Amino acid sequence: MYKIVRKEVLSPVIKLFEIEASHVSENAKPGQFVVLRTDEKGERIPLTIADFNREDGTVTIIIQEVGRSTKELGKLEEGDYVVDFVGPLGKATEIEKLGRVVCVGGGVGIAPVFPIARALKEAGNEVISVIGARTKELLFWEEKMADVSDQLYVCTDDGSYGHKGFVTDVIKQVAEDVEVEHVWAIGPMPMMKAVAATTKPLELKTTVSLNPIMLDGTGMCGACRVSVGGETKFACVDGPEFDAHEVDFELAARRLAYYQDDEHRVEAATNHSDGGACKCHEK
Amino acid sequence: MSRKVKTKHEMPVQDSKERITNFDEVALGYNEEKALAEANRCLECKVPNCMKGCPVEINIPKFIGAIKQKDYKEAIREIKTKNSLPAVCGRVCPQEAQCEKYCVIGKKGDPVGIGRLERFVADWEFANENSSSSMEVGEPTGKKVAIVGSGPAGLTAAGDLAKMGHSVTIFEALHVPGGVLMYGIPEFRLPKDIVQKEIDKIKELGVDIKVNYVVGKAGSVKDFLENGYDAVFVGTGAGLPYFMNIPGENLNGVYSANEFLTRTNLMKAYQFPDYLTPVKVGKRFAVIGAGNVAMDAARCALRLGAEESYIVYRRSEEEIPARAEEIEHAREEGVKFLLLTSPVEFHGDENYNLNSMTCIEYELGEPDDSGRRRPIPIEGSEYKMDVENVVLALGQGPNPLVPSTTPGLDLTKKGNILTNDETGVTSIQGVFAGGDIVTGAATVIEAMGAGKKAARAIDEYIKSTN
Repeated sequence: MYKIVRKEVLSPVIKLFEIEASHVSENAKPGQFVVLRTDEKGERIPLTIADFNREDGTVTIIIQEVGRSTKELGKLEEGDYVVDFVGPLGKATEIEKLGRVVCVGGGVGIAPVFPIARALKEAGNEVISVIGARTKELLFWEEKMADVSDQLYVCTDDGSYGHKGFVTDVIKQVAEDVEVEHVWAIGPMPMMKAVAATTKPLELKTTVSLNPIMLDGTGMCGACRVSVGGETKFACVDGPEFDAHEVDFELAARRLAYYQDDEHRVEAATNHSDGGACKCHEK
Repeated sequence: MSRKVKTKHEMPVQDSKERITNFDEVALGYNEEKALAEANRCLECKVPNCMKGCPVEINIPKFIGAIKQKDYKEAIREIKTKNSLPAVCGRVCPQEAQCEKYCVIGKKGDPVGIGRLERFVADWEFANENSSSSMEVGEPTGKKVAIVGSGPAGLTAAGDLAKMGHSVTIFEALHVPGGVLMYGIPEFRLPKDIVQKEIDKIKELGVDIKVNYVVGKAGSVKDFLENGYDAVFVGTGAGLPYFMNIPGENLNGVYSANEFLTRTNLMKAYQFPDYLTPVKVGKRFAVIGAGNVAMDAARCALRLGAEESYIVYRRSEEEIPARAEEIEHAREEGVKFLLLTSPVEFHGDENYNLNSMTCIEYELGEPDDSGRRRPIPIEGSEYKMDVENVVLALGQGPNPLVPSTTPGLDLTKKGNILTNDETGVTSIQGVFAGGDIVTGAATVIEAMGAGKKAARAIDEYIKSTN
């Protein structure tokens, strides 16, 4: 059992949990992830590490409530426990001094891009960060990102905060204005695909952190397999970071959608037990 | 006298029509009467051949002798001096290739049902909790052993080392211990509460099990040696699934056997949506391969609602590697066998969901290195078959997590750990290994045998390093 020592509600659907797990925090590096299970009937879900504190033995994760498991997790409070917390998993980000780099976080992807930006900054890079979300409500950690960046751009699709528009607009502009060595982008699959499409013609080296379906997260099943440069890779052990210009995003997006109807069934079951508006027992 | 009974006493099983509607155990086990009758078929040979076939050296005539006396407590005590997992072994060992293969009366009839009797006494112990404590722990030695992986090899080594008085900690990557016993072998062959009970017995010996601990990511083998452990045993198994590397393999609906079985067994996807992990099984389901894992997957599919479940295998009936009993059970349940056939390409719809595969037919040529006749594709025999799900059960490779993070550990070309067969000694002092990580995918009991040998060698090693 792993204790939640801090919870912060970042928006109605985005929540931060700091969880006691010294075996993870001792070894955690930027770019890695954990697999978490909320309770005995729960599923194993992968979450990228947003921060870690070796002294306190804690790991920070940020979730967006998108389905049953994240909603169940979202209900937990400080002092509650999750049954399983495994990590650190996956390969760490390769951090080196490159010069000027761009770190892009889309939506809940802001969380995992933060430790990468911080490490890149500490390694002596000039860090330009771009964070974006659909709307103001879904933005968080603007200050934290500003602290580890030389420049920070904020945008929302609907213009409710910061620049109106997509992160890709900003990336394009930045790359036109100054010399950039490398881009890291983490966010929803369509956003990472759009970033890759933006930087490819500019021949700007780009790394994305893929978020396929995972089960064990240790390389024993291949649920998370992705196609990179025409080769099959397991995101949990070979990644999760890959060269964005080599990733088959179409395949990745389709694989992510495979259980959509099951996810809806689970949601319907939850709504029903909550006395909600489920119509599952009506004709 | 019952010694004249030439056939093994039948074990009652759930009816095949009924059992494909549930995940309950298929084989129901002997009652006392049947167990006594079967035990009485044993001649209690002075020089028992059967023992030669048991990788963990159980004194078979002795425990069967105790059954004859109705002293079940003594029977289980005798077994447990050698075997920490009898309820498991009695169920999943391929006895026909081990103990029962050497049984004398097997020459003129059926061998004694040794596995069924072992299962009977193990289950008797669970049913009679008060009479338990059949394992004794030696004087504490103050020595610490770390065990990586809690499958059959690790559990056996842990149990034996604890009995020798050593302080043992198991590190397990998944959220429950048991390895393949928990994630791989389905509930209907090996109920998970039975495995859990046996693991609890091992814990009663003082073995500490740390789950959710991925050695190689959170700490390494070297860390253990530097942080107070006197020895390390690596029993991480063969958990790396093989794929076919043919077009369409990454389509939705194509599972590795590991993924399909882990979802179904470990995560209890058969109880979805009560349990939150989903698994998809369409109307037509095909398993590629014909080992025990393939049979398990094909039988799970029927229980999960597949209308047709196929075993697709590129050799013939004769070469099928699964146990005869598993093949028979699969057939009874309606699994169909498509032999001398293998897919060459998978096809999907616009959503990348699998909907068919192109298969090619084979004929058998000369025997290959393994002694099995080599399958040769028949040119022009390709045909398309509709299928919504495919499980690839082509075997597994060694899990690379520990080897790749343990510098100085000598490996085979395939990535298995090189050891001395008798002792499990590796190229690093204080590090031992056994089970599938050494041999490649094999059987539960062979892994247990390796765990047992390594425990003995570890005991000698740490005593010598005083």
